Amino acid sequence: MLLAEELRHSFGAVRALDDVSFSVQPGQTLAVFGPNGAGKTTLLKVLAGLIQPQHGRAQVDGGRRAIGWIGHQPQLYGQLTVRENLRFWSSLYDAQPPGDLLTRLGLEEHADRPVRALSRGLVQRVAIARALVHDPTVLLLDEPFTGLDRIAAEALSRLLARHAAAGRATVLVTHNVEEGTGLATHVAFMRAGRFVHFAPRAGRGPEQVGEDYRNAIA
Amino acid sequence: MRSPNLLRHAWAVASKDLLVEFRSRTAILSVAVFVVLVLVVFNFGRDPTAVSNLDLAPSILWVTFTFAAILALNRAFQLELENHALEGLLLAPIDRSSIYLGKLIANLVFVATIELIGVPLLALFFNVLVLPYLAPLIAVIVLATVGFVAVGTLFSAMTVRTRFAELLLPVLLLPFMIPPLSWAVLATGRLLAGRPLSEIAGWLNMLAVYDIVFVTLAVMLFPATVNE
Amino acid sequence: MRMVQVGRWITAIALLLLVGVYLRALAYTPVEQSQGLAQKIFYLHVPAAIWAETAMILVGLSSAFYLFTKDPRLDRFAAASAEVGTIFCAIVLTTGPIWGKPIWGTWWTWDARLTFTLFLFLLYVGYLLLRSAVADPAMRARYAAVLGICAMCEVPFIHLSVYMFPTLHPMPIVLQPGRPKLPGSMLSTWLMSLGVFTLLYLGFMVQRYALSYLREELEAAGEVGHA
Repeated sequence: MLLAEELRHSFGAVRALDDVSFSVQPGQTLAVFGPNGAGKTTLLKVLAGLIQPQHGRAQVDGGRRAIGWIGHQPQLYGQLTVRENLRFWSSLYDAQPPGDLLTRLGLEEHADRPVRALSRGLVQRVAIARALVHDPTVLLLDEPFTGLDRIAAEALSRLLARHAAAGRATVLVTHNVEEGTGLATHVAFMRAGRFVHFAPRAGRGPEQVGEDYRNAIA
Repeated sequence: MRSPNLLRHAWAVASKDLLVEFRSRTAILSVAVFVVLVLVVFNFGRDPTAVSNLDLAPSILWVTFTFAAILALNRAFQLELENHALEGLLLAPIDRSSIYLGKLIANLVFVATIELIGVPLLALFFNVLVLPYLAPLIAVIVLATVGFVAVGTLFSAMTVRTRFAELLLPVLLLPFMIPPLSWAVLATGRLLAGRPLSEIAGWLNMLAVYDIVFVTLAVMLFPATVNE
Repeated sequence: MRMVQVGRWITAIALLLLVGVYLRALAYTPVEQSQGLAQKIFYLHVPAAIWAETAMILVGLSSAFYLFTKDPRLDRFAAASAEVGTIFCAIVLTTGPIWGKPIWGTWWTWDARLTFTLFLFLLYVGYLLLRSAVADPAMRARYAAVLGICAMCEVPFIHLSVYMFPTLHPMPIVLQPGRPKLPGSMLSTWLMSLGVFTLLYLGFMVQRYALSYLREELEAAGEVGHA
């Protein structure tokens, strides 16, 4: 479903991606852990088609239409209502917002309020709705748990689990080992643009993965 | 087929921009106030025995339209930047040109609204006959406006991410505005003075060529301003 | 390092030759009938104007090639050409009024050619300002290329808009259809001056290009040093 081949990309003298290759099959969730500056965001941007890699290629079945992105920024227009935002973004994908999307995320009662009037937690939920509005088969997440309270974090985890169960692929990038491990079927550690570890999670818990990570990165 | 999608997505972007603008209304109101202010001040400032209405009218008209354009241009991509939405637009399976065309359409609608207010007000306050020349006047206004708004939309995509965005845009735009503006002012002047259409045909042609060249150039170059 | 030195030599030679050409212009060429001594500025003014415009065309062309190939050398060339072009523009804008004051009686008029050079100067200034306003080198190169291409395409339109102004400017006597209407000694001096300005352009360009390259190396070394 998602394929990366010998990706190499530099920003000036800094090598953000140094020969990265992997694939993600339907139903799999790949969690990529790494310190800041390891190239994780660059990797996601290359997968999403936002950056053309200087070498190698990245391929996602279905192209940009199949990709849903959840990052630090909500990518919502504060001046417009929740409904208007969803309608706009879905129109770019030539899709209609699914009828139950708002209800599933508990946004029904806020649907006609402008986004800038919503609390941070609600805005995160709208951002998730926005990413799912065109029913993507691949989800790319860049530090999605940052700033989420516990309820919102659990809701997101449930949602990702459901997404994977439906046979979709996910790539999740984070520097927080605890939050990412539970959802992952595969785990990778990234440092200075390279994968220093890439293997199925194989039943390892967050502590085990955390320790493997510290050993690999240190 | 690419074309229907291109326009459809462009219209989606444009209508979103217009919806946001319509909600807040601050920009359009401040420009409208500026138009009235300019008309009033110039009227008081001139000496009726020395300067005729017809001498001043074209310049005043185009000063107000240019100001409206610069204001619209400054805000266009600012909207995307402040909402961090540009990345979302780039992630969507749309042609990059749709983003440019959408912004262009929204900017043109904004400036056109000001022009719709400005021309009747000018006719009223300055006692200038406009109706007999309405069709060619509209042609001049449309052609010139498309010209510098097209270039301005392209440049604003770049300046919005620089340090002195609002200052840099007019500086970059100035040498690009002067040809279409000078032709527009001259043509407007001749028109309002009742000169025959044949006199302004040359300027209309040059404006049309300018538009074709720079809209095409802008559509081709826009992806370079957003792609990494 | 070597490149900068080569550039300095070329520039030095060109400047010496420029002095030579000027002495020749002052001493050897005949004094023009209607304009007198002031006309002699033509040997400086016109070649500078030719190169001011040519430099902009080169900025546009190298910008276009840069967008296709992403070769940083083309971006460096464009930046260097823009700076050198600005200098030549400034020469035209200063020598013009110096000539204009004794002949026309005024320092500035909205004459077609002078106005054209002024707008060209504005194009250059805008280009250089944009370059200085963007920190990231890759973005700077892309943005500058976009502006460079637009500026090159704008030049014919500025010609169009400006040549509608009434002009007191002397009409072309060298670059015109038919043979140049100049006596031999004037023509040869003018051609020499054009050659010298070409050399001057090359000299400045080589130095500026080399300096860009050195600066980029320093920046890269600085980054590695911090990491």
